[in-house]
Parts: sequence; C-alpha cells; structure tokens
Amino acid sequence: MFSFQVGSLLNIALILGTVLGAAALLIWVERRLLGFFNDRLGPNRVGPFGILQSVADVIKLITKEDWIPPFADKLPFVVAPIILPIVMLLSFAMIPFAPGVGIIDMNIGLLFVMAMAGLAAYSAMLGGLASNNKFALLGGLRAAGQMISYEVFLGISLLGVVILSDSFSLRGIVEAQSDGWYVFPQFIGFMVFMVAALAESHRWPFDLPEGEAEIISGFNTEYSGMKFGLFFVGEYIGMLFMACLIPVLFFGGWHAPFGLEFGNEIISGLFWMAAKTSVFIGFFVLVRAALARPRYDQLMSYGWLVMLPLSLLNLLITGAIVLMQGS
Amino acid sequence: MLKGLLHQLNIYWSQIVSLYLVFMHLFHKADTVEYPDVKPFTFPRWRGRIILTRDPDGEERCVACNLCAVACPVDCIALQKTEDEEGRWYPEFFRINFSRCIMCGFCEEACPTHAIQLTPDFEMAEYVRQDMVWEKEHMLIDGTGKYHDYNFYKVAGKAIGGKGKGEALDELPPTDRRSLMP
Repeated sequence: MFSFQVGSLLNIALILGTVLGAAALLIWVERRLLGFFNDRLGPNRVGPFGILQSVADVIKLITKEDWIPPFADKLPFVVAPIILPIVMLLSFAMIPFAPGVGIIDMNIGLLFVMAMAGLAAYSAMLGGLASNNKFALLGGLRAAGQMISYEVFLGISLLGVVILSDSFSLRGIVEAQSDGWYVFPQFIGFMVFMVAALAESHRWPFDLPEGEAEIISGFNTEYSGMKFGLFFVGEYIGMLFMACLIPVLFFGGWHAPFGLEFGNEIISGLFWMAAKTSVFIGFFVLVRAALARPRYDQLMSYGWLVMLPLSLLNLLITGAIVLMQGS
Repeated sequence: MLKGLLHQLNIYWSQIVSLYLVFMHLFHKADTVEYPDVKPFTFPRWRGRIILTRDPDGEERCVACNLCAVACPVDCIALQKTEDEEGRWYPEFFRINFSRCIMCGFCEEACPTHAIQLTPDFEMAEYVRQDMVWEKEHMLIDGTGKYHDYNFYKVAGKAIGGKGKGEALDELPPTDRRSLMP
C-alpha cells in the first residue's frame, strides 16, 4: 500500500499535500512576480522573502465574518464556493506526474478532465445567481457564457493530440511523446488551448466574470471570509491544474528535454514536470501583468469567429495527415 | 482580405511585444522604498509636527496673541492668554488637535515671535484618537528651533520685569513730550 505506484495511499497523500501547498504558495508567488513585473517588490514582510504571506492571508480570511446576505438564496450560496476546489482537485487525480506517480489512470482521463472543467462553470454561475445582486448576476452571466463557449475550443483543440497519440488517457499521451513533443506538430492546437485554458480558469485577461473595473468583483461580490477564500483557492488550484495539463499534453510531461535525464526516472520525471509547470505558471502571471482585458462582445466574437475555425482547421489537417500516413 | 489578415497579425504582434516588454521589467531595479527600514530624507523646512520653541534665554516665546489660531484654516489651535508677575504674556494652555491639522504652516507664518514652528517629523500615528490632541507640555521644546537669535521681548517696546521702556535693542528711550514744547 505504501509504495510508489499509481493510486497508492502514499501517492495520494503526497499529491494532495503538494497540490494544496503549492496552491497556497501560488498566491504569494503571483503577487511577488506581479510586483517584479511592475517594478515593485511585492509582499516581502511575512517570513523569509514573504513566503508566509499566504498564511497571513488565510488567518485573515478565517477570522473575518462569514456573512450570508439575508437576501441571498442560502443553499446555492453556500454550495457554490465548495464546487470549484472540489472539481479542480478531482481533475488533479488524472495528472500523471512521473512514471508511477499519479492518483488514477483512466483510459478516458482527458474526457474526465473536460467534464470537470465543465462543472467548474457551475461554481461561478451558482454563486452569481444565488447572491441576488445585480453585479453578481452580471458576473455569473458572463461566467456562464464565457466558460461554456470556450469549453468548445478547449475540447476541439485537444483532439489533435488525441489523434496523434491514439489515446484519451493522459499517461498514454505522455508516453506517446517520448520521441517528440506535441507542441511542434500541434502548434495551432497549443495556441488555441493556451487561450482557452486562460479563459476556462477565468484568469487575466479573461477575468470578465470578476472584472473589478466594471462589476465590482462579479460573481463573488457578496462573498466574504472563507467562502471567498474557497473561490480564491479554487482559482489558484485551477491555474496550477492548467499549468500541469499544458506540459502533459504538449510538452512531453515528465520527459526531459535534450536527454537531460538524471538519476532515478521518478525523481528526474518529477523535477522536469515541476520545472515545466513553473514555467507556465510564470507565463500565466506574465500574461496577467501585460495584457488588457477585452470587451465582452469582443471576447465572444473572438472565440466563435477565430478560435473555433482555427481549432476545427487544426483538427481537419491533423486528421488528414494522419490518415495519409496511415494508408 | 489581405489587409484584414495583416491587421489581425498586427494585433497579435502587439500583444507579443507587450508581453516581452513587461517580461523585461523582471530585470529592472524596483522603485520601492522600503519605508520603515529606509527613512526618506525630509528637508529642514518640511512642514510636519508642530512645536513651540523658547527664546535664547530659555523663556517661552509664545505671547498668546492668538494669530496662529486665527490663521488656522481648520481651527485646530486653541489657546488662552495669561500673564506672569513680570508682565510677560504666555499661554495658560496651548492645544493643537493634530487629527485636524493639515500641516499648512499658516500658523508658523502668522506667528510674530517665531514661537510656533513646523518640524520635519511626520510619523504621528496614534492608537487612541484622544492622543492626537497635544497640549503645551507635549509641544514645548527646550531649544530655539529654526531661529537661534530672535528674542521677542528684547526687540519689542513692551516693558517687562528687568527691562523698562526704551531699553530694547535698536530702541531709543521714550521721548519726554513736554520737552518738545516751543
């Protein structure tokens, strides 16, 4: 039971602990990096380099009044923030971190991930609806439209990878990349997936459901205390998940670049997986610091008029090439 | 068609350029001054916390003329005049409510005796609101502040104990009006 194989108790405990710890650390990492991008220092007061900032944040959130507005719809209001972290943590069960490290290997892992990403939309939608507040409703509306429409390209852009690897299992996809990463044959798919992943985890510049400048804080306007904290943590787990999924699908997962493998294949795999994930987390923060938020109608028309044709074209060409090579 | 495509590509290019430019800020030095660790330099004429000074002889400079209280745009100064046995005027109490004070320095400009002066100290936060109200014993310092030699009663015509009329600096003895009779 306590050994390094997929689904062992040790694995589950380690992965859960690492993911939650990393998500908490991300709050600090993002604020610090944003600070550097803005020629500031970021939080550097709590602990060495400010690393304990998230601890201070959590203490503050826990001790805040956990208020349910009297005009809110109680049950959905309470359920909504719980959905997001649960769904995102369930998605993490699919990620193969290294050979023999992972929680479960489903042969339809990719479909499960898509399904969970679809469920995550309910969190923002229910939160916005149950708050019974005009701004929250607008935020929930935006979240529903944005997440449902970007889910389409998120799925279609991945089908190229599925065609190439002939597998829906994430571990199968990574193993199929041992002789070459999928970014190169699937570059358009990668670009579309990048944008769709940003929109899906509604991070900047696609944070229209929150959109501080326009609708206060969108769907979580009425939330305070640890309920807001759950939305917050869920968003960071979602960001971490997307930053793990991109290497798995397009950058060869645990495979080392240029044959730079060292030592045990598990240690080397974990190292390279963590390195690739960190790069994409850095990229997400960079995107947040650099790019401006689009208008909502521009977002939708961009999605349906540019992303959808691009991803369909990518799927068509990939399929045609694979068929021609196969025959 | 081609023009539209070029326009689209230009949009993507500008996004990539802004990503690059922001990324390069990672290697810039931060502009932050870490304030409690690094104190900013304040000039001697900085308008901060208000003090009451003494003249070179060590007596209170304030003569309780109320000009500062009149000049104060937010009415944060309150004082009451009284007189000692020598005839010197001084404030019985002198109270400044620093939660109202806007550090405009009008009181310093209005003061005829250089008694009230502003200092470069700006760290005046308190935990209790009432602690923002400062009395004379809190503000009165032992020195002369920014003006070292000025002594109001040495140049003013008013007679006080130990100095009669006409004994002040650059002052002639009082004229006997009757001696001017033709």
